[in-house]
Amino acid sequence: MLKIDEKLCIGCGICEDQCPFGSITIVDNIAVVGDSCTLCGACVEVCEVEALSIDNGGKAVPDDLESWSGVWVFCEFAHGQLAPVSTELLGIGRTLADKRGVALSAILLGHMTGDSADRLIGHGADIVYRVDNPSLELFTDDMFEKILSDLILEHKPEIVLAGATAIGRSFIPGVATTVDAGLTADCTKLAIREEDGVLLQTRPAFGGNIMATIVCTHTRPQMATVRPKVMKELSFDTERKGQIIDITPSARQLTSRITVLESVTATQSNVNIQESDILVSGGRGLDSEKGFALIARLAEALGGNVSASRAVVDAGWIPYPHQVGQTGKTVAPKLYVACGISGAIQHVAGMQSSETIVAINRDAEAPIFNVADFGIVGDLNEVIPKLIAKIEEKRGS
Amino acid sequence: MKIIVCIKQVPDTKDVRLDPETNTLAREGVESIMNPYDQHALEAGVSLKERCGGEVTVLSMGPPQAEAVLRQAISCGADEALLVSDRSFAGADTWATSYTLAKAVAHIGAYDLIICGKQAIDGDTAQVGPGLAMRLGIPYATCIQKIRTADAESIVFERMMDDGYDVLQSGYPLLITVVKDINEPRVPSLRGKMKAKKAEIKVLNAEDIAADPSCIGLPGSPTQVVKVFPPEPRGTRAILTGDLDEQVEQLVEKLRPYLV
Repeated sequence: MLKIDEKLCIGCGICEDQCPFGSITIVDNIAVVGDSCTLCGACVEVCEVEALSIDNGGKAVPDDLESWSGVWVFCEFAHGQLAPVSTELLGIGRTLADKRGVALSAILLGHMTGDSADRLIGHGADIVYRVDNPSLELFTDDMFEKILSDLILEHKPEIVLAGATAIGRSFIPGVATTVDAGLTADCTKLAIREEDGVLLQTRPAFGGNIMATIVCTHTRPQMATVRPKVMKELSFDTERKGQIIDITPSARQLTSRITVLESVTATQSNVNIQESDILVSGGRGLDSEKGFALIARLAEALGGNVSASRAVVDAGWIPYPHQVGQTGKTVAPKLYVACGISGAIQHVAGMQSSETIVAINRDAEAPIFNVADFGIVGDLNEVIPKLIAKIEEKRGS
Repeated sequence: MKIIVCIKQVPDTKDVRLDPETNTLAREGVESIMNPYDQHALEAGVSLKERCGGEVTVLSMGPPQAEAVLRQAISCGADEALLVSDRSFAGADTWATSYTLAKAVAHIGAYDLIICGKQAIDGDTAQVGPGLAMRLGIPYATCIQKIRTADAESIVFERMMDDGYDVLQSGYPLLITVVKDINEPRVPSLRGKMKAKKAEIKVLNAEDIAADPSCIGLPGSPTQVVKVFPPEPRGTRAILTGDLDEQVEQLVEKLRPYLV
């Protein structure tokens, strides 16, 4: 329940303005909360007289929380290679583990994982739990969920992190349900709270219009998925020592009710844009499908990949896996070049974490310029060829 | 085939934004809509019903006004609608929401297939679908981009992956979540609209679905929001000046660190 202390409330209306759901109204100089309240807490934060509070129903803290210890990172291995997000997560995992004074463990599931476990140690893991089995060559929610859940319940880590990838976002919610843990999706920042060692998990909500920091104080493990490209990996250290523990999965763990008939991997035309360092993105300003040839040339000159706004995906100019934005993918490359994209909030939500944003658009009023670090107002059919020529000239010199 | 489609009423996030002057969320004119992914889930359910026979029940958890999206679903071809609504559900995170929906599904009874949108656009978590399947003890697959074949015994579909797609086969019961590539949602027919107007929307509260009070709403939620704040403003709106050649020259100079 959202509680309003009528003695403290001065009816200023700040909470009314803040509420994303329109649940608060000021009646006779007192805030009144309506049925649509979701207890998001946005009002509590802004109330200057501390008249608002959220009653969590007096949740009891279980007494075994202390027995959960250690930081775990699920390290994704698919189609013969480690996903880059795995080593990125070991970077932040190392920071969190050191802060807590505990070990950092990597969980590696797959088949023919080769020297991956050694690489995970070199990138920061103290322990690698390795389950290398032919049945794990292709991803199934059933098998991955059972193996990770069983390991968590056996070893009781306090924190479990995974990449917010197609695989992570699919089976990690299943794991969280099995082990009865809270799970925060798509975190962009993780830190340890000084006073009680709780994991502070920060993520965007409402399409990136607000940020929320989330904690799990009453349950363990504290689970979070993290977007690719957000965390920094530690450089590989050949001197780092660690322990590899091989685990033989049980027959029960290796059953799946869903069968993978075929796994079709990417051709160059549907590369994973979330792993790209440089993206050149095209929008409606391209005028036609042919415009993407120009985008592709610029991408090539920059050594990047091609992405797109929703409008042009809907128009069928480029396939859905290239779509950036709220109903597509969230990307955070080092360089994002938006060409002929107006910058609707849904698009911006998917790319605003990019390190540098360049916008090229003929409309000087286009909202894309508000998030751009550098902008050129002009016709992209003129700008892009000049840009390509100049880049090639610089590279040549 | 008995199909349940889960839908959520969400604020249209393109309208939710921060007032740059007061730094508060401007909510004027924020409309409530059916979560866009759920429209695709509904279309997938209705077209499967048309192909294989059966019926589609739409299920939503939300405040009383969420009835509007259930009526919309009926106008688009759903047969039955159920709203679970109770003040005590407020503040539910994905754990408590999937618990509540699982209780509601148990109340509905037998089913073959549950379809959800990939995620809701207000929270973007993509966790409720998998959580619901786990609680019901049924298999699930997320981000389905295409249903290849479906009959009374089994279903073959494509799951979108980061680097391509997987072709999967499953029996029933099963839960899938869908991405927007799967179909183009239909526009309600006049007859559908008439039907929606007259339809009875069943509303159940926490007691009706026998929900444990310690598992619902805020008390049942392991995650708690401790702080909500505006994202750091980014971008400098640095529009380059000079003639086009000069602008391009300046830009390439700025991009030098990326030209390796």
